Amino acid sequence: MSAEAIQSRRDWLLSERPASRMQARLGRAYVAWRRFSANRLAFVGLLIIIALLVIAALAGVLAPYSPTFGDLKNARLLAPSSGHWFGTDDLGRDILSRILYGSRWTLYVVILVAIIAAPIGLLVGTVAGYAGGWTDAILMRITDVFLAFPKLVLALALVAALGPGIENAVLAIAITSWPPYARIARAETLTVRNSDYIKAVQLMGASPFRIVLRHIMPLCISSLIIRVTLDMAGIILIAAGLGFLGLGAQPPLPEWGTMIASGRRFILDQWWVAGAPGFAILIVSLGFNLLGDGLRDALDPRSGDQ
Amino acid sequence: MSDTLLDVDDLRVDFPTRTGLVRAVRGVSFTLGRERLGIVGESGSGKSQTGRAIMGLTPPQARISAKKLAFDGIDLLGISPRQRRALRGNRIAMILQDPKYSLDPVMSIGRQIVETLRTHEKVSKAEARERALAMLEAVQIRDPKRVFDLHPHEVSGGMGQRAMIAMMLIAGPEMMIADEPTSALDVTVQLDVLGILDKLVSDRGMGLIFISHDLRLVSSFCDRVIVMYAGKVVEQLKASELGQAQHPYTRGLLNCMPRIGFERHPLPVLDRKPEWAA
Amino acid sequence: MSAVENESGRGSARAVAIASAIGRFLVIAVTTYLGLLAVTFFIGRVIPIDPVLAVLGDRAPANVVERTRREMGLDLPLIEQFYIYVKNALSGDFGTSVLTTNPVMTDIRRAFPATIELATLGTLIGSFIGVPLGVLAAVRRGSIIDQIVRIIGLIGYSVPIFWLGLLALVLFYAKLQWVAFPARLDVVYEYTFTPITGFYLLDSAMQGQWDVFWDAYRHIVLPASLLGYFSLAYISRMTRSFMLNELAQEYIVAARAKGLSERRIIWAHALRNAAVPMVTVIALSYANLLEGSVLTETVFSWPGIGLYITNSLQNADMNAVLGGTIAIGSVFIGINLLSDLLYRVLDPRTKAG
Repeated sequence: MSAEAIQSRRDWLLSERPASRMQARLGRAYVAWRRFSANRLAFVGLLIIIALLVIAALAGVLAPYSPTFGDLKNARLLAPSSGHWFGTDDLGRDILSRILYGSRWTLYVVILVAIIAAPIGLLVGTVAGYAGGWTDAILMRITDVFLAFPKLVLALALVAALGPGIENAVLAIAITSWPPYARIARAETLTVRNSDYIKAVQLMGASPFRIVLRHIMPLCISSLIIRVTLDMAGIILIAAGLGFLGLGAQPPLPEWGTMIASGRRFILDQWWVAGAPGFAILIVSLGFNLLGDGLRDALDPRSGDQ
Repeated sequence: MSDTLLDVDDLRVDFPTRTGLVRAVRGVSFTLGRERLGIVGESGSGKSQTGRAIMGLTPPQARISAKKLAFDGIDLLGISPRQRRALRGNRIAMILQDPKYSLDPVMSIGRQIVETLRTHEKVSKAEARERALAMLEAVQIRDPKRVFDLHPHEVSGGMGQRAMIAMMLIAGPEMMIADEPTSALDVTVQLDVLGILDKLVSDRGMGLIFISHDLRLVSSFCDRVIVMYAGKVVEQLKASELGQAQHPYTRGLLNCMPRIGFERHPLPVLDRKPEWAA
Repeated sequence: MSAVENESGRGSARAVAIASAIGRFLVIAVTTYLGLLAVTFFIGRVIPIDPVLAVLGDRAPANVVERTRREMGLDLPLIEQFYIYVKNALSGDFGTSVLTTNPVMTDIRRAFPATIELATLGTLIGSFIGVPLGVLAAVRRGSIIDQIVRIIGLIGYSVPIFWLGLLALVLFYAKLQWVAFPARLDVVYEYTFTPITGFYLLDSAMQGQWDVFWDAYRHIVLPASLLGYFSLAYISRMTRSFMLNELAQEYIVAARAKGLSERRIIWAHALRNAAVPMVTVIALSYANLLEGSVLTETVFSWPGIGLYITNSLQNADMNAVLGGTIAIGSVFIGINLLSDLLYRVLDPRTKAG
């Protein structure tokens, strides 16, 4: 493509008088993308997350050994070498392979928590914001009560009651993480509730249910996505913490927190058994933090003057 | 004018931004003696940036250049930041637009006045307090002892701006830049504050640069007027000769002023021609 | 123009404002605590299929199970059970721990000072390093220092603290031998030292037992530094953003126009203004450390509430888990509420109405 063609397309995107809604939307997305990709750290975060997705998808191909069966006789607690890049654990399993497979469980947790917690928050927030009055007061009081709880300790007690296991860990984390989303959804709802186009839909006789579902919820999605991305790192850390305490994923699942817990016994002599999975957690949650920061800076014009 | 306080020749202020260079001030020249000089223009005309460049208060990314920028013979662009700072508040002072934002909200008014004094003069705390109280009285605050201990949010806008004047005048500067000093105030107290400023400036024989968008206010208050447009001076003239303004932009500004007893239909629209900015 | 405003009118308006603020504070405090109790009640009594088994474990003999069922009031309607639960909790009765056979409240009282000591030291470390770092990053915005502070903070946000604790133990205890092994005191002192307040550093210093003080220091320094790093990440980031906000205000321009030095502008004006929200941030970070202590105490065998909860978890000792949860939750909520109140008191701009 010639330089002029690129230039004219950029002009079209950055036009101050967009001819169509599509052009305006694409133009805004382009500006946000330019701001985002100018932020090198955010870009690194995006790359980390893409790598995580690829690794999770291709773990079966990438992993040199089985994640669950090891060579108990010859390969126990080997130091990192060319055969086993990250060494082996007490059951002779290749740690690299376990970490590669473990990415699936990390994704499993964050995605499930997000699709449980975000809709709960969205529903509570939009209903509270749209209904107003007592409904709003009660729903937001409940939200604030949950917001004032210590997340990790509450999740701990919940899993203790529900019984250990990765599904219960997901449930416990989801139950403790919806309140911020409700706050955000409510704030967004309040800004549009009295706008003319909502009035217009009301006049056309749409039910409150329909208005909230079709006209208000979609508007809350983008700010919710940023917040969920920013929370991902925290979710990963809590899940890993639960795993470390023996309440999350159970052995032999190659979940990173659980791996640290089982490597803890050998920490003084074979530090890599617990070291490698912790490093994986650090990298992935760093990736989500960088990405979330970048998204916020790119989409929130108030903070984007760097 | 024989005793020139400030000599500005070809002052330029540029801001590099992502989309290119923004040239806020593009070759402004004037001199100031012990007189009242008004700088008038619309927002974005570069009048405020001119004032801040003289003070040395432009943001760090701004680029400032001038053939000459001298205060009392001191080359302002040639001296060190430390020497520049010693001038600020001491020999050159500045009043900002809105006391609600330009006074430190968590420090009492008295302490903020004392702070200016003690930055520039070695005086005891007791003496500084006495002089601050005297200064508050000079800006016609009736109960200086009480106001001394108040925080900025506890006083009205008019009183806040008087406190601001006191804070900036206490070290006895020879030159003052007032950037829209009354625009944020109620109309009823604007004239009070202007009167106080005028009296203090003429009593002390100071030079004043009065920056405003309000041509009528400037012409009634100043000796000379500079009209700025798009970062340039388009006209310089005596306030008394405003009626003989040559430049179409100045005439446009004058025409926009309503006069009692004259119907103005249709309301005139300010003409802006690109060649004036060239 | 009248320079003197109506003094008495303003005074009474302020009194009304304070009264309504206190009223709102009380409503929030009561509902939040009730919420905490409701949730723990739900966790302890509603979720488990058989709460008795959850408390006693599944090896208890049948007659004990039956007696406990009646003691716990499980034959009563749920709402009545909740009423009894709240009444007991308010009088500090969380039942008996199966593991230690003590009343849970006794255990909590013994363990809490250890947690508080650790979290307090961590917050002090985090504040004393985090605030200056944040100020520096804001003042030198975009510089290499700003980038370094940002990365230090991001890593603090992203690192699993229990893992960092394990690695730190390997390095500073096993390899370098700079610090003592995971515990609160050496075994020698465990039996000779009588604590007064439960804060060992303070107690040993008060009694002039400097060898104990040194020993306690060698045990606490690593976990406290880790928690300190955790809170530093948060505090430096928030300080930076508050400072950037303040440095962009007009009063900073005015302070420069007065000829003040940059140092004075930053520390006496900008930071003093940022200090009001910073108090809230430091309080929140303190609350977070209390919570973070669950994992840290487990790694460092630190006999606080966190270790108490995790030990009880491993033994399915539900009374102890819930008691510990309520204890940490209460302090956490209390700090949250107080920091909000403190913010209003500290800010001179808080006006009537």
